[in-house]
Amino acid sequence: MVSKQKRFIMESDNFLRRNLPNILWIAVIVSIYFVLSSLIAPFSDGITLSSKIVGERLQEIGSFLFAILGGLAIIEIYFYQIFFRQPLNRTATIITRAIQVAMGLLTFTFIIYFFNLTDLIKLGDSAIGKFVNMPVDSFANLQKSLISSKVATKDSAKMVAGIIFALGILVLYAIIQFTSKPRNSRVGLAYLLIMPAFIGVLFLIIYPFLFEIKLAFSNASLGTQATKNAQYSLLFGWENLKTLFTGTVAKDAKFFEVFWRTILWTVINVTFHVLGGMGLAILLNRPLKFKGLYRTLLVIPWAIPTTIAAMALRSEFDSRYGLFNILLGNLNTWLTTVSQNTANIIGIGNGFAWLAATIGPVSWKQDPFWAFVSVLIANIWLGIPFMSVIILGGLQSISQEYYEAAEIDGATRWQQFRNITLPLLRPVLTPAIILGVVWTFNKFDIIYLITQGGPQEKTDILVSSMYKAAFQFYRYGFTAMFALVIFAILFIFTLFYLRVSDGLKSATE
Amino acid sequence: MTTNPISRFFRWFFYRSRGDSPFKTILIHATLIIACVIAVYPVLRVVTISLRPNDTLLTTDLRIIPENATLDNYREVLFGDAEKNRQSDFFLWIWNSVSVVAVTSVISVILAAISAYAFSRFRFPGRSAGLIFLLTTQMIPAGMLLLPLFIMIAKLKMINTPLGLIIAYAVTSVPLTIWTLKGYYDTIPVDLEEAALIDGASRLTVFTKIILPLSTPALAIAFLFSFMGGWSEYLVARVVLQKNEMFTWPLGIFTFAQQFTVSWGQFAAASVLIAIPIMALFLYSSKWLISGLTLGSVKG
Repeated sequence: MVSKQKRFIMESDNFLRRNLPNILWIAVIVSIYFVLSSLIAPFSDGITLSSKIVGERLQEIGSFLFAILGGLAIIEIYFYQIFFRQPLNRTATIITRAIQVAMGLLTFTFIIYFFNLTDLIKLGDSAIGKFVNMPVDSFANLQKSLISSKVATKDSAKMVAGIIFALGILVLYAIIQFTSKPRNSRVGLAYLLIMPAFIGVLFLIIYPFLFEIKLAFSNASLGTQATKNAQYSLLFGWENLKTLFTGTVAKDAKFFEVFWRTILWTVINVTFHVLGGMGLAILLNRPLKFKGLYRTLLVIPWAIPTTIAAMALRSEFDSRYGLFNILLGNLNTWLTTVSQNTANIIGIGNGFAWLAATIGPVSWKQDPFWAFVSVLIANIWLGIPFMSVIILGGLQSISQEYYEAAEIDGATRWQQFRNITLPLLRPVLTPAIILGVVWTFNKFDIIYLITQGGPQEKTDILVSSMYKAAFQFYRYGFTAMFALVIFAILFIFTLFYLRVSDGLKSATE
Repeated sequence: MTTNPISRFFRWFFYRSRGDSPFKTILIHATLIIACVIAVYPVLRVVTISLRPNDTLLTTDLRIIPENATLDNYREVLFGDAEKNRQSDFFLWIWNSVSVVAVTSVISVILAAISAYAFSRFRFPGRSAGLIFLLTTQMIPAGMLLLPLFIMIAKLKMINTPLGLIIAYAVTSVPLTIWTLKGYYDTIPVDLEEAALIDGASRLTVFTKIILPLSTPALAIAFLFSFMGGWSEYLVARVVLQKNEMFTWPLGIFTFAQQFTVSWGQFAAASVLIAIPIMALFLYSSKWLISGLTLGSVKG
């Protein structure tokens, strides 16, 4: 099975390599589309995109990237010298270690400075605070003296000061470089290679996570100006936790109500995605005319940008002019006519009359049940293509020989599906379902865009409640605790998955 | 051998496989056609709405090409409305989106291309812990780190700048890209590198001269993935960007829906303009996207 999986992957690699020029062509065409469209812009009246905006943006992003690259380079060289350079003699060793300790201290100060700046820790005017601010203050002083001595203008002062700073560090590095000899390191390169991503993850994930834990034990809200005047204690954490389970999670809804709705949302969505995807994939996996066309058309809900799809479906759930109510209305009219025509036939006439009375336009926006159904419909519609494509990939890697052998042995279609297709599909299906569960659990853009959780938060799931608590009701400390609880739920699920599937073992080895 | 065109058509259509009866073939086609209609019709409705003249927007008509079809909505979206003295922000939105998402994708592909190589080829302390950690980050709700990130971005004075949004998008993009590329590197035979190493090439040469050229397709996939991920993102952008002139297009077209008179026509026209190139790109590259998925996260 593994070899088949691999073969499938390798085949698609060849396909990729063959078609690389085409990818590039498409990229070129798309970029021409954008360039041309921005060229038309100045000739139309009152357009807001101008070359000035473009230039400013490029400058902004360029300097941002430049600063990141510079910072990374300094850190990379530092670790390069630790791993790959050996000082020549005793004096060199002392000098090298001194420079390394100083650089390490400088980096550490910057980290503490960053923590202080973003309110993770509060140093205020204490001695440590002053010490931590020293590098940055000296940087600012350097800028000021550059401007007053007319070496640099106000705009370029930051850049010039940055370059001077970097050059100073490079000189220190050069000293180490010239007083050392090369050395071999087995794992050094690996660490150097993962360093940039590691720093990125540290900055983007670990730090926010620490911050979240701290926030969870605070009373931060709009009243405390977020973290500026917030207070931190275990008591606040306990209070936040208590509010989460006994109070309201956003404005009206209670935790467990939303929790069960989230479970329902996830289970219904994933079930329909897998069943629908499996059905379509099985139909598409046989020799059939127009197969390519069907495949292309069926993938469309996945291809369309989610925001557009959600907004479009939102308009279709309109009570009068939306597609669904028009169709239901038409069905109702038809049923009414039929029931009138068949009124004389006992049983059938009554049956149609009952149907006509039951089936009809629905208030998708006001009725909580139908509002929830509407977001479910939207998400199921959006999610089936992805699943069917994944399952189709898995089905295609199953050899026809199994089925032929089974047919000779007289197995029915159901037996073939049960005993060949499902087991061989498992390596594809299990991770797809698990990821589907996690993604659906977390996916609330559909809900937010279609119903905004309404009416009365009756269609909110956990994540959308959390989003609202943070950015509509500004309950920051509470939201942080909420997020930690959601994370715990997902973490337990993940552990459960790891135990069941052993899926990670093969991937990390 | 019959030459009757009708029977020839039938024989062509009922191209037999595994002994399906004609009835079954028709049933399969009917199911697929219904599924296609369900998949495509709501999308076509957007086109319909975009073609409707403004006075007949609210109608229970179900036709795909409406009566008195007009391109007014497109003109208004692209060039603004001189009579109402309203400017068009369409190109600004596109530019904002492109600049943010492209930079995010480039950064994450570069970071991932380098570190995924280390994860794929070296055995060092902390390796599997790092990989599992990266996978765990995919389990974290996107909205979960949003609050601390938002406060961090605010403290760095990056609210309402593309840089803030780039940072926020990189959070989900970098780990995913590392996983995708690591999966791909794993499929490249190690023998190639070992041969080069024996011939005296350094690890760095091996990486730049062998691995990177071989994995260009995977790099393209990873770029596409992270581009698609950020391209139509709404919720994070709404938090980070509050000024009109910084809006990315999802925020932009949402303003059409928030005005007092919901401008469905213009919303639909803008959607069609945005969706067509992206959908074409997506449908064209869907095969590679799928292989990318089987490489990275969904790997048996």
